[in-house]
Amino acid sequence: MAKKEKSAVGRRGFLKGAAVGAAAIAAGPAGQAQAPTNAPSSRPAALPPTPAQRAAETSPPAEDIQIVERPGSDYMVDVFNSLGLEYLFATPGSSFRGIHESAINHGGNRPEFITCMHEECSVAMANGYAKVEGKPVLVCAHGTVGIQHAAMAIYNAYCDQAPVFIVAGNISDAAERRGRVEWLHAVQDVGATVREYTKWDDSPASLTHFGESAVRAYQLAMTPPTMPVLLAADGVLQESPAPTDFDWRIPKLPRIAAPAGDSTAVAELARMLVAAENPLFVASRSARTPEGLRLLIELAETLQAGVIDQQRRMNFPGRHPLNQTQRARQAVADADLIVGLEVYDFYGVVHALGGQVRVIPRTITKPGVKLVSISSSDLFYKSNYQNFQRYQDVDLSIPADAEATLPALIDAVKRLLTDDRKRASQARGAKLAEASRQALDQARAAASYGWDASPVSTARLSAELWAQIKNEDWSLVSDTFWVSNWPLRLWDMNKHYHFLGGAGGEGVGYLAPAALGAAFANKKHGRLSVSIQSDGDLMMANGVLWTSAHHRIPLLTVMHNNRAYHQEIMQLQRVANQHNRGVDIDKCKIGTAIENPNIDYAKLAQSMGVQAEGPISDPKDLAAAIRRGIQVVKRGDPYLIDVVTQPR
Amino acid sequence: MMRFLVFLSFVAVLTAQAPKGTPAGNAENGKKLFVKFGCYTCHGYQGQGGAAGARLAPRPIALAALIAYVRHPSGSMPPFTDKVVKDVELTDIHAFLASVPAPPAVKDIPLLNQ
Repeated sequence: MAKKEKSAVGRRGFLKGAAVGAAAIAAGPAGQAQAPTNAPSSRPAALPPTPAQRAAETSPPAEDIQIVERPGSDYMVDVFNSLGLEYLFATPGSSFRGIHESAINHGGNRPEFITCMHEECSVAMANGYAKVEGKPVLVCAHGTVGIQHAAMAIYNAYCDQAPVFIVAGNISDAAERRGRVEWLHAVQDVGATVREYTKWDDSPASLTHFGESAVRAYQLAMTPPTMPVLLAADGVLQESPAPTDFDWRIPKLPRIAAPAGDSTAVAELARMLVAAENPLFVASRSARTPEGLRLLIELAETLQAGVIDQQRRMNFPGRHPLNQTQRARQAVADADLIVGLEVYDFYGVVHALGGQVRVIPRTITKPGVKLVSISSSDLFYKSNYQNFQRYQDVDLSIPADAEATLPALIDAVKRLLTDDRKRASQARGAKLAEASRQALDQARAAASYGWDASPVSTARLSAELWAQIKNEDWSLVSDTFWVSNWPLRLWDMNKHYHFLGGAGGEGVGYLAPAALGAAFANKKHGRLSVSIQSDGDLMMANGVLWTSAHHRIPLLTVMHNNRAYHQEIMQLQRVANQHNRGVDIDKCKIGTAIENPNIDYAKLAQSMGVQAEGPISDPKDLAAAIRRGIQVVKRGDPYLIDVVTQPR
Repeated sequence: MMRFLVFLSFVAVLTAQAPKGTPAGNAENGKKLFVKFGCYTCHGYQGQGGAAGARLAPRPIALAALIAYVRHPSGSMPPFTDKVVKDVELTDIHAFLASVPAPPAVKDIPLLNQ
């Protein structure tokens, strides 16, 4: 500590010197003009001191005004770059200004600063980015107000098992805080605000501590279950010079292996799978990487077993003959063995939740069904937030990363498959393929209803968009729940970036920034990113439009503009009927509709530099608009099309 | 996805062919009531259905079955008692649903064959 104090220039001293210096400079010319002379003056004898006199009398000793040559923030930036954190998503904030400056001048804008208009956007963008690239970016925020803004997005990322590397600026030493704002923006325990929904956090007290904790944080964030982590960056540590004897070494980041399932348990599961008449896989976040998608295909095809993709990631090709997602209820009912792969709500897989007022769960599986779970979620739980869902008893629980477990499981299954069992599985596969084909036909038929409706049906919107992108290397970067999942039903999805899932914590305000973050990640791969964007969600985070224009992030946004927080209209209607009062639609819109005035999303986008058009209400106008948008996006810019749609 | 699948099982029931002898209602008024009572919020303005509600049109189920279901629904749909919506109003709504034109055949929609 003594060494540090000896070598470091106190931030307080440095800032005070800088402030006084600035005052003196500002006072310079005026002071010269007002310098005392022997000339007669009309000024009274007793005057307050001039700015120059004030500066001279209050200036600190010369040694307190110093230049900091090698600030600690340089080391912090070195650490970030060593971890491969390529981008810094942030709304600028003084508590991490040292890092900001070092990233620009010391790092050469590495990590590259991406200007965000809200900390919630910073984190949600990082969430979307991570789901495409499989690794985090750096997010910086004030330790107090910034993290408070970011909190919901952090919760979404936590539930979504997305790695996000968050650095929160803070001035922990009270004596170093300049005035009221720095007190208001300082906190005793930086991580406390979001500790319930981050995997790990730390508040390093030295640069050595910072380096070690940063590498530890990255390692934890990337070890399944992958999750957000938070590191405090002390303002004094950032802006003071590194101690003269400081070792600038950065701890080595190891190759991170994911935890695979116990070999005995894997062998047992293989035996169960080969013996089952109707084994079924249910995947939620199974495909952590593109390899996860390939592995599940191999396993399912080896067994000719059905797969339900709950689509929190792109786990299984949508049109694969073994995909039973569109007839999930029946597939669950038919199964004699159900294997959940990173399923976060297994209870919801095997139960229907009926009941008008109270929840009345009903088992939908057949008697004697065996249930097996492979989930890394079982390796990491916290208590307060209830994202772990209702408890489901299973026959075999393998607390491990599903993707890492699949290679051993595939090998074990292949070793056990006899010719008899192979013949049985082939017959099963043929039936599943036929059921899958019928489900696609049914989806297409269902999409035809309301085909020419105005407002535009969500099925028509989805089909029109698919027609224009299907021959591109495309990526749907938005959720589909709000548009009746039509893209999942109608589009041919088979790559990991074709669909990324929605908000982990179902927090509204995720979609727009996460889509942009994903589009940003897709940019380097030359992919065409498209988003079907809900209106209410965009209004929570519409600053992302400016970010997309400023940083030239190519993204085609097609508005699903139903002019309401529509889910809440349905909720209100339900409650009103439960109370046997009903509710006229005009009253149902109280507090739920986004109309009167209608929001002109094209103008909103244009005001922030995004080319846009609409509103479009006639479905016949869609194709041409989408083509125009794609042309712009292919040139590297964002484009928005406002489409007035049916509610769902 | 499961939220969506909950509703699929109702589709077949609710879109069966209406029998002959269904009482006539006022389709034009039914269209207004379909909006007024918020039916469209789950079922779409043309009763086309989606993730939130089953398809109702064209070719709605028989009026009596429709009224019975509205009074005592299953799944997520809330009950609409006679205090909230009268039989005569449901009759008009039924007439509206029956008046919705059939969509083009899937084979005639190129976008649904891609």
